[in-house]
Amino acid sequence: MVIDDLNAIAEKERSSRKKTVIRCCMAAGCMSSHSEDVKAGLEKAVRDAGLGDEVEVRGVGCMRLCCEGPLVSVEPGGRLYEKVAPADAAGLVAGVQGDEPEGIKRGDPDHPFFRKQLSIVLANSGQIDPERIESYIEAEGYRSLHAVLREMTPQEVVEIIVKSGLRGRGGAGYPTGLKWATVAKTPGAQKYVVCNADEGDPGAFMDRSVLESDPHSMLEGMAIAGYAVGANQGFIYIRAEYPLAIKRLQVAIKQAKQIGLLGSGIFESPFNFTVDIRIGAGAYVCGEETALIASIEGRRGTPRPRPPYPAESGLWECPTLINNVETFANVAPIIRRGAEWFASIGTGKSKGTKVFALAGKIVNTGLIEVPMGTPLRQIVEEMGGGAPGGARIKAVQTGGPSGGCIPAHELDNPVDYESLTRLGSIMGSGGMIVMDEATRMPEVARYFMEFCMDESCGKCIPCRAGTVQMHRLLDRIVKREGTTADLAKLEQLCEMVARTSLCGLGQNAPNPVLSTLRFFRNEYLELLRPGSDEPAGAGASPSPGKNTEAS
Amino acid sequence: MRADTIKPDRKSAAARVMKHASGDKRFKILEAHIRKFQGRQDALIEVLHKAQELFGYLEDDLLLFVAYQLKLPPSRVYGVATFYHFFTLKPQGAHTCVVCLGTACYVRGSDKVLAAIEAASKIKAGETTEDRQLSLLTARCIGACGLAPAVVYDGSVTPHQTPESALARVKDWLPHGN
Repeated sequence: MVIDDLNAIAEKERSSRKKTVIRCCMAAGCMSSHSEDVKAGLEKAVRDAGLGDEVEVRGVGCMRLCCEGPLVSVEPGGRLYEKVAPADAAGLVAGVQGDEPEGIKRGDPDHPFFRKQLSIVLANSGQIDPERIESYIEAEGYRSLHAVLREMTPQEVVEIIVKSGLRGRGGAGYPTGLKWATVAKTPGAQKYVVCNADEGDPGAFMDRSVLESDPHSMLEGMAIAGYAVGANQGFIYIRAEYPLAIKRLQVAIKQAKQIGLLGSGIFESPFNFTVDIRIGAGAYVCGEETALIASIEGRRGTPRPRPPYPAESGLWECPTLINNVETFANVAPIIRRGAEWFASIGTGKSKGTKVFALAGKIVNTGLIEVPMGTPLRQIVEEMGGGAPGGARIKAVQTGGPSGGCIPAHELDNPVDYESLTRLGSIMGSGGMIVMDEATRMPEVARYFMEFCMDESCGKCIPCRAGTVQMHRLLDRIVKREGTTADLAKLEQLCEMVARTSLCGLGQNAPNPVLSTLRFFRNEYLELLRPGSDEPAGAGASPSPGKNTEAS
Repeated sequence: MRADTIKPDRKSAAARVMKHASGDKRFKILEAHIRKFQGRQDALIEVLHKAQELFGYLEDDLLLFVAYQLKLPPSRVYGVATFYHFFTLKPQGAHTCVVCLGTACYVRGSDKVLAAIEAASKIKAGETTEDRQLSLLTARCIGACGLAPAVVYDGSVTPHQTPESALARVKDWLPHGN
């Protein structure tokens, strides 16, 4: 495989493109609304109408507005159809010729939900066929890998990523370039690149969508990372709950191997890179990097103390680079368009865009990609369309069980790593769940604590025992059995667990409690048992006789 | 309590497991799968995935078989099998119903959907009806948040569920006549 072969594939793909392309969403969301049948119906309708030479029906990845699926778009014209049923296929195909099809819900591609998005990671999502590598190559695919292998030294690649200001999209926001530089610098004959696709935060489905819609962009990013840090083997650690994403990845890896874009001597350079998939088995803690490593090694997914960081001693004690799916998906566009271009998007410390999964009590649920620094209010109210039925939005939850609830009056804050941290939440992986007035915050806190309690791996005591006790206290409060003393104890425990737990799961487990206490304390106070409203100090220090009960 | 079933007497246990395995074609398929990984011990999770796919659940003999094949102590295999939620050591019902309890589904009322199914089936989440017809499970998040609340009936994700629609769907899987 040389660049001419790549160009030839792209040219062939371009020249065989038909006048009209009907795109049908084949991501997991729309497929559960039977978009497969819709696609089959469209294909049959095209055949029946004898339009096989003019109209292509293409299965594509996520078209973003999941709540209105199955989605179908028609190009040219940029028409969008929502909630398409297999029975609508004939009418829709007839409509391609001119007449507007009747009885099919027409979507508005100019709605702020679409118009305010800026696509880097999702640029190909909903456009290309994720199961055909040719489709990705036509969309400039694997050009960055070629440029890197033929024209750059590994150091130059690392420098570009450093300059771009890209930060990890998995949650903590560690500078990606710095991580790459550390792995590159660490001596070792064998190094690994790992893609963390263990998207465990409830309410987050960005990584799933990226892998289902454009798996090659992530693979290309991984291969570039492999070259930059000196690794020849990559692993993708993905949740077993995402069967479609696993299948598309398997197809993508196979196709890339077949035409020599993975394997040995890529683009006739001395660089070899193979990628294997490791399927998780349903443990939230495996999103933590040292636990993830243990799981890839076939052991119980329990974290270990850091340092040593995986960059120095990771998989089988070799230097290991671990990045999230979205982080890798940003790499090829950065190489292609330059670090300056990427750094010009976003805010001072948070560059580029972020993909969010918008869900909960909101009209437009689905995927959005916006520049860092976009005000939350714009995302939730303009793009998301607010809460259904005109209800008032109460809070937005970000960061999953490690994050917090941002109250409605703080929604004018921009989304970037620093602002969200200041509000007691975190950027997290990108789940954004909207809650309206009907949602009770102490119940939300209990919900997340139950999650952390179940998912605690049990290795360190603060997390193992602390989450159980915090859950018990929250349960009492929600059931109106709690006292002021319980609340004080809860706050004390929050601090203890946050400060003493071994890994991020325990350290962040109190976040939902602390953030709801910070902004919605009244809701807790209203639930406390009547007559228990003595000053907090008196309740917090029980008389010596009662001491045994607490321990 | 598991100590009763996995006896310390290794030799006789090994003999029993191998005798059990010799009469079942699925063990052969599993063995081939293990060979695909060259018997690598770090493939344990992959092997357990395959084992569960073949047998539906991970019974003691199966875990011992995997341990012998990968030359791992049974404690390690058992430890891994019980650590991950995806693996089940109990037989499942003919039908499965997985209620997603992810945050998006939760704020849209999946707890009420679950409560309705629990009440109608008289089992709790994680249990199987006595006639082995229905296993009721919960998921942390299946990533179908745009379709909340979602329930997975026999592997097919079904969007926008209500207690009523869920009950209509599982009605035929429930024990009759009570």
